This record gives sequence, structure tokens and C-alpha cells, in this order.
Amino acid sequence: MASYTGSKSTGREGSSQELHVLAVDDSLVDRKVITSLLRKSKYRVTAVDSGKRALELLDTEPNVNMIITDYSMPEMTGYELLKKVKESSELCQIPVVIMSSENVPTRINRCLEEGAEDFLLKPVQLSDVSRLCNRVLR
Amino acid sequence: MDYVHLRRQAASLRKGLFDQGYLDEQFYQLEDLQDDASPNFVEEVVTLFFRDSARLMANIDQALDKCVKDFNKLDVYMQQLKGSCTSIGASRMKTECTAFRECCRDENIEGCMRSFQKIKREHSVLRQKLESYFQLLRQAGPVECATRPNK
Repeated sequence: MASYTGSKSTGREGSSQELHVLAVDDSLVDRKVITSLLRKSKYRVTAVDSGKRALELLDTEPNVNMIITDYSMPEMTGYELLKKVKESSELCQIPVVIMSSENVPTRINRCLEEGAEDFLLKPVQLSDVSRLCNRVLR
Repeated sequence: MDYVHLRRQAASLRKGLFDQGYLDEQFYQLEDLQDDASPNFVEEVVTLFFRDSARLMANIDQALDKCVKDFNKLDVYMQQLKGSCTSIGASRMKTECTAFRECCRDENIEGCMRSFQKIKREHSVLRQKLESYFQLLRQAGPVECATRPNK
């Protein structure tokens, strides 16, 4: 499936640096919504539809400041993506946030124990993104 | 063309969607995300939703047609559909998706089929109403046309 890419940075202006968030979600609708939420919070966004594509992009794109991923995805779950990121010496410093439509405490704990910065319940709100990005990307 | 009248019709249709429970507050979130940079954001998301949900529903139809029912697969498809419904605020559809998933858990195939018929009906009604709504909005044009600010 083709990636949906949000707005790209037109370049660094002044002293501010546009932060780059990688959004991972197999749902077309959710990719569009999360991309818009992040753009509204002034982040550069790349959205992909799978963990596999996320890892491919991370291989080639060095400047990803945060990953926000859906939990339930076919082939590679958000948890599995989180583990791979945290196991990689090049990627482990990138904060990873998990999103899920299901409030399953064991799932949430497992992700947080694996090193997720936060676990957001869908539908994700603009206030969730603002709060999260202020904390994680400060 | 009476833009005020069209706008009032659109507003009334929109209010009805909320009053009758077709949409919930998540739809407001989509409206909040619409701006000058994305002036048709809501309609774009809704269009994507109906395209994607039609695909998921076709998958569910196929899975229900099979002799051997795979309740796990049905549940996975329905979880995806429910997720999309949640994301756009399609409240009635979301409720029916939940009912379907409960039938999957109980391995109640008749319940699944009844529930799926309800989902299809809700999907069809919601699509009709939202298409009418967006058509009215398009005909009414942007609000700035009617209320030019004094400078």
C-alpha cells in the first residue's frame, strides 16, 4: 500500500528546527487523522502503513524525532516495532508512543515496560498530541 | 442562489446527525482539524472512511459466506471497522460493531449475521446523510462569501 506523507518541512527557518514524527498505522483513516493532528501541532510528519515500512524508512531517514504507532497491525504489531527500535543501537534513543483503540491494561504495561514513552487510547485528541509532544520532544 | 438557506439546511442536517446518534463528539475533532491549509479535511476523511469501510465489509461478507466460520478473522476485520468508525465519530455503526464482536466471542454465527445486516444499514444511511450534508456545504460555498468583514 502506498504511504501517505504529510507536509514536509520546507527547510529550517531561523533558530527553530521542525521536528519530524513518524506515524505508523495500517488504517488509512487513522493515518490521515494522526497526520493532521501532528501537523496542527507544527510537526513534520511521515506516515507509513506498517512496521516493516517504518523500519525501512528509519534505515534511510536519520532525522526522526519520535515514532507514534498503532498497536494492532497485521504482520508486525506496534509492540513488535517498539521492541525492534529499542533493540537497535541506532534507533533506541527515538521515543516511541503506542496508540490503541482497546484499553487492555496488560498490553499497556507491556509496552511501557518495553520502553514506550506513552500509550494513547484512540481516538487520539489534539490535546493528547500537544501534551505528549511537549513532554517527549522538549 | 440562496446561500443562507442552503447553509441553514446543512446546519440542520448536521444537527440531526448528532441528535439522532449517528455521529458523536469525535466528528467535532475532525471539524477542528479543518483549516485554510486543509479546507476539505472532514469530507476527505469521511470519503476515505466510506471507501475503507466498504472494503472491510466486503471482507466480512466473504468470511461470513464461508462454510467454516473463522471467528478470529471476523473479529479482526470488525475490530478494524470499529476503529475507523471511532475515528470519524460514526457512533451507531460503532455500537453495532461492538455487538458483532460480542457475537464473535460467543461464536454465535446467527448473531453475527443479524448484527452485520444492521451495520450495513447504518453504513448506508450514514453515507447517504453525509453525502447530502457535504453536497449542501459545497453548494452553500465558504462562509466568507456571505459575511465579508468590514475593513
